[in-house]
This record gives sequence, structure tokens and C-alpha cells, in this order.
Amino acid sequence: MSLKNVISVFVLSGCLAVATVSCKSKVSDSDLKAKVENVVTTTPGVSVDVKDGVVTLSGTVSSESEREAIENSAKAADSKHIKSVVNNLVVAAPQIEINSNDADLTSKVVDATKDFPTVQTTVKDGVITVTGSVEQSRVQVLKQSLDALSPKRVDMSTLVIK
Amino acid sequence: MALTTKYKGLIDIANSSGIQDLQIAEQVGVLHIRGTAPSADVKNKLWDVYNQLDPNFLSGDVVMNVDVSTAISGSQVRVITQNSNLNIRKGPGTDQPIVGKAAKDEIITLISRANDQWWLVRTNDGEEGYCYAQYLEPIS
Repeated sequence: MSLKNVISVFVLSGCLAVATVSCKSKVSDSDLKAKVENVVTTTPGVSVDVKDGVVTLSGTVSSESEREAIENSAKAADSKHIKSVVNNLVVAAPQIEINSNDADLTSKVVDATKDFPTVQTTVKDGVITVTGSVEQSRVQVLKQSLDALSPKRVDMSTLVIK
Repeated sequence: MALTTKYKGLIDIANSSGIQDLQIAEQVGVLHIRGTAPSADVKNKLWDVYNQLDPNFLSGDVVMNVDVSTAISGSQVRVITQNSNLNIRKGPGTDQPIVGKAAKDEIITLISRANDQWWLVRTNDGEEGYCYAQYLEPIS
């Protein structure tokens, strides 16, 4: 084998080695970002960032199980090239249903307080204000009946307990 | 004091009692608690703890609306009026005519839940009509 040939073999294999390395590094970041986005952005409000093979997830989800599921699907998008996943997803506080329809509350409060003749109620802006008096043994039933209407607040601060 | 601190005992019990769809959130100075308890006992326990932390519920900083999961169609419910009979009405509302009575502690059948306030029931005598749900306790 001539020296020239030996050199060209070296050069070729060197090229191949470089090509392999560059090929591997090319999978990273922008390609990884696309891969992960492909699987996780079906959930609105989730964004993906990739740096040096480390995936960072951010945004808001509605439950802890959804938060974990998104992390797992991100890892699975390219488990070979993703070094790790930083899960910065935040679980949003649940939206609790509150009835602030005064007309609706007023008519329901009438039913709820029918058996409490010594109690008066007013409803304004979703707040039920209870005045008058009630026996100690019945105050819990009264509060349960009013809380069951899901108002914004039940104000019994001036109610007299007998 | 933050409401979540004041009511920590209540929140801890709620979290450890197997309540389905439990939601606890503070909104505009009021701690709202929602969910479905596995039994009437669990619901009663929550109310006991709440009463201990805020005697007679006078602070007005909690709204607790906890349902009981055993309150399903066809189940038995107990009349929990204080000492009087429970009115059974033709329709869901106190403006509806009374069609029957159920005695305190009587056990009757829940036919369906017309809404959160009014449940359709049947007594052992076959009387059918609507009762105020707060006076009916599911038997688990």
C-alpha cells in the first residue's frame, strides 16, 4: 500500500468519525425540540425548550396526573438522545363552581330556611347574610343547607345562637 | 392567619378521607371545599372538625359542600329531622303541596335526585314525593 493510500484511508476514516459525531450532535436541540413538541403540544399551554439535550417543559396543566403524563411522553419522544427532562409545568388551581346568581340563590334560600322561622336572610352578590337567632343544636343544619347552595360566602356573624 | 393554616385540621381530614373529586381553594377570603364523601359518617366527621375550628360557623370564611357517594337511586336513606316529621311534597319546592310525611329516623327509599336540594323518595307505605335533601342521610 502506498503512503498516499494510507493517508486517504486515514482521512476517510477521520471524515467518517467526524460525520458520525456531528450526526449525533445534530439530533440534539432543535430536532429534539421538534420531536418533543410533536408529542406534548397536543396539550394547549405547554411549551418546550431544549438545551444540550436537556428538555425543559413549562406552562400550565389542569392536574398532577397530566403533568406526569406529559413528562413521560416527552422522555419517550427520543429516549436515546434526551439527557433529562426538567418539568416546570404548574398544576392550575381547580376552578370551584360558585353560584353568584342572586335570584336563583334567593329562591333556594327560601326553601333552605323554611324550618327556621326566627332566621332572616338576604342575598347580595352571591353572599348569603343570615340574621336573627337559632338554637345551637340546629346551627349546623342551617349552615349545611346554605353551603349546599354553593354561594360565595355565608355570613352568620351577627346571628344569635341560643 | 391564612385560611389554609386556620383550617389545616379540616383540610388534612378531607385529604385523608377518600373524598372523590376533592377541591379545596381559597377564593376572595373564603375557603371553598367540594367533593363527594364515601359515607355519611365521613361527611359528619368533616362538619364536626369544621365546627371545632370555627364554633357555630360564625366566621363565614368556609363554604363546605360535600356530597355523599352512597346517595344513589334505589338506596335507603334515613330521615334526620330534629324531632318533627319530614314533609313529602308533590314537586321540588316548599311552595308545593304536601302529599305525605316521613317520621324522624324512618328509613325510606331514594328514587332519584331531582336536584341538589330536592330528592324524590318513596316511603314503605308507598307514598312518593319530594323531600328536602338536607334532612335525608344515606345509609352506607
